[in-house]
Amino acid sequence: MTDIYLDNNATTKVDPAVVDVMIPYFLEQYGNPSSIHKFADGVARGLKQARQQVQALIGCEHDSEIIFTSCGTESNSTAILSAIKAQPNKKEIITTTVEHPAILSVCEYLEKEGYTIHRMPVDKAGRLNLESYKKLLSDNVAIVSVMWANNETGTIFPVVEMAEMANAAGVMFHTDAVQAVGKIPMMLQDTKIDMLSVSGHKLHAPKGIGVLYLRRGTRFRPLLRGGHQERGRRAGTENSASIVGLGKACELALEFIEYENTKVKAMRDRLEQGITEAIPHCFVTGDIYNRLPNTTDIAFEYIEGESILMLLNKAGIAASSGSACTSGSLEPSHVMRAMDIPYTAAHGTIRFSFSRYNSMAEVDEVLKVMPGIVATLRKLSPYWDGAGPVADPEKAFAPTYA
Amino acid sequence: MWDYSEKVKEHFFNPKNAGAVVDANATGEVGSISCGDALRLTLKVEDETEVILEAGFQTFGCGSAIASSSVLTEIIKGMTLDEALKVTNQDIADQLEGLPPEKMHCSVMGREALQAAIANYRGEEWKDDHEEGALICKCFAIDAVMIEEMVWANKLRTVEDVTNFTKAGGGCASCHEDIEAILEKVLAEKGEKFDPTAAPVEAPAKIAAVKAPLTNLQRIKKIEEVLESLRPALMADGGDVELVEVIGNTAYVNMTGACNGCQMAAMTIAGIQQRLMEVMGEFIKVVPASEMAKLVNIEVA
Ligand SMILES: Cc1ncc(COP(=O)(O)O)c(C=O)c1O
Ligand code: FES
Repeated sequence: MTDIYLDNNATTKVDPAVVDVMIPYFLEQYGNPSSIHKFADGVARGLKQARQQVQALIGCEHDSEIIFTSCGTESNSTAILSAIKAQPNKKEIITTTVEHPAILSVCEYLEKEGYTIHRMPVDKAGRLNLESYKKLLSDNVAIVSVMWANNETGTIFPVVEMAEMANAAGVMFHTDAVQAVGKIPMMLQDTKIDMLSVSGHKLHAPKGIGVLYLRRGTRFRPLLRGGHQERGRRAGTENSASIVGLGKACELALEFIEYENTKVKAMRDRLEQGITEAIPHCFVTGDIYNRLPNTTDIAFEYIEGESILMLLNKAGIAASSGSACTSGSLEPSHVMRAMDIPYTAAHGTIRFSFSRYNSMAEVDEVLKVMPGIVATLRKLSPYWDGAGPVADPEKAFAPTYA
Repeated sequence: MWDYSEKVKEHFFNPKNAGAVVDANATGEVGSISCGDALRLTLKVEDETEVILEAGFQTFGCGSAIASSSVLTEIIKGMTLDEALKVTNQDIADQLEGLPPEKMHCSVMGREALQAAIANYRGEEWKDDHEEGALICKCFAIDAVMIEEMVWANKLRTVEDVTNFTKAGGGCASCHEDIEAILEKVLAEKGEKFDPTAAPVEAPAKIAAVKAPLTNLQRIKKIEEVLESLRPALMADGGDVELVEVIGNTAYVNMTGACNGCQMAAMTIAGIQQRLMEVMGEFIKVVPASEMAKLVNIEVA
């Protein structure tokens, strides 16, 4: 069995068809799109086509609403910093406790500069309370930034509805849709979303290319000033090969979006069901009724995630974990803490994320090894005793804090 | 993921002495579930001789936590309790052929479990004497709590002060923003304001209570040791390295054989420097001996 890649929310394989369309932009059409000679005369057309392919996938009204950036992180920073620079009198930002660091760190930084950050909590299933959201919306809010889908649990937030509410209150709305674009259908022109972030490498395009969707008429201040690229909204010579690659990837994603929501979802469901049936003391985290079709995040109690990953890796299976140890921090993932998952489980969460490149045979392979891996580690665990957890684990083993 | 040594992997995939010792007469429990690490160490100690006959571990934790526990039980089996008390976390890390800086706390946990178990056997109460904070400086594995304590205790005011007292910030410098944040916080608590241009505090007489600074002779010896340990790898590639001179924290080396002038020379030098800093716990610069000529000229001029 060849290695099994179930870490597609971290990044994806570049589709070979994407690589094919990129190569000429390295070797032949390598001219600067702004130049007037034959090394460049096809580039502008390539970029234009890519813009339209992105436009089709996210369903926006104009292709000029697409700004190419260097990554999802840049798109997120651009959106938030633009909103506060364009509206200097508004000193509040609304976001959630479970955003990606690409949003949370920017907010933390702005907090030090005197901004008030409202981080909306989630319940145990990772859901927001829209009543309290409504109360936060006011004239003082510069921007709401809420992710479309969570990278760890796949939980989908009602961003379309939340954008309507923001719009009604006259507040700008941004969504980090890095995990959602290409996995669930969207039609931005029917929404009140003002800005949206996309990252190429999550949908089989290369790393280091992203998009900021900017609704026409939304007040904007560029992050990078310089040349006239992207109509002056993002200076810097275009990454033409990657842009063209992203365009192709968007075209493919649109083609496969039904497959993603049927076949890919079926693989995810089978894995999830198989694991929760075969292994005691594990549970799925997040809002299982509103979730990306490709993601499952399972907490294995009384064992630690990095150990699980190392044993999975030895079995040729790639996944990821929300444990503290994988990131080198002392706390388990902020998403697990926000959902109030107990520590004995939060450290043992494993995320399996699929793509159209996976197969049912791979699911069966994972199901074969997973129970053994969990049993091996539980045998080492001070919280586990033979066939089950020790009675009242938090008390039976209460070590001195070191 | 982490770049674990073969030894860590060995102990993780095939842990030694896993499980509780039956009829144990010493137990040490340390760690914190909120941090994702917890270890119970059980020992069987022979009463007359105080020799550790058996050691077993139960660990909730990552790969390096399990490997540290496993190697610890191997180290202490057969030792007397007094010998075992001399085992340091560095010994554990060394036996594992090194741990990433973020993971050094796993070896600390091992040593503490051992102290706790011995205290338990002797009917004493073991008290943890340090608190662990978020890792700030990866080059020197220094955490936030340590920096904060040093800032309080020594009235530090600038990043440079912090580097002088704790080493934190003395390597790649990428942690300086975080160190400034700590300074801002602590100084604010003291009712002062952080000023990046403040004059340095008194030269640290008791530099880094953590570890006494090396004398020049010790430093040279240590550098030679490290180079010696790297030599087999270099020779495998048909090269070699020779220490020419040490001035302050700069080591001048001659790369010979295949390494000399090869494209990899610069990378090799960077690798040697990294290794030296890891082992010695202080900032060391490695420079080709050919650069020494320039130095002499400058000094003459
Ligand atoms: C939700 C979310 N936002 C932003 C990012 C960052 O994207 P990029 O790696 O393109 O900067 C990621 C990727 O990890 C993500 O999952
Ligand atoms: S991380 Fe502190 S100096 Fe490198």
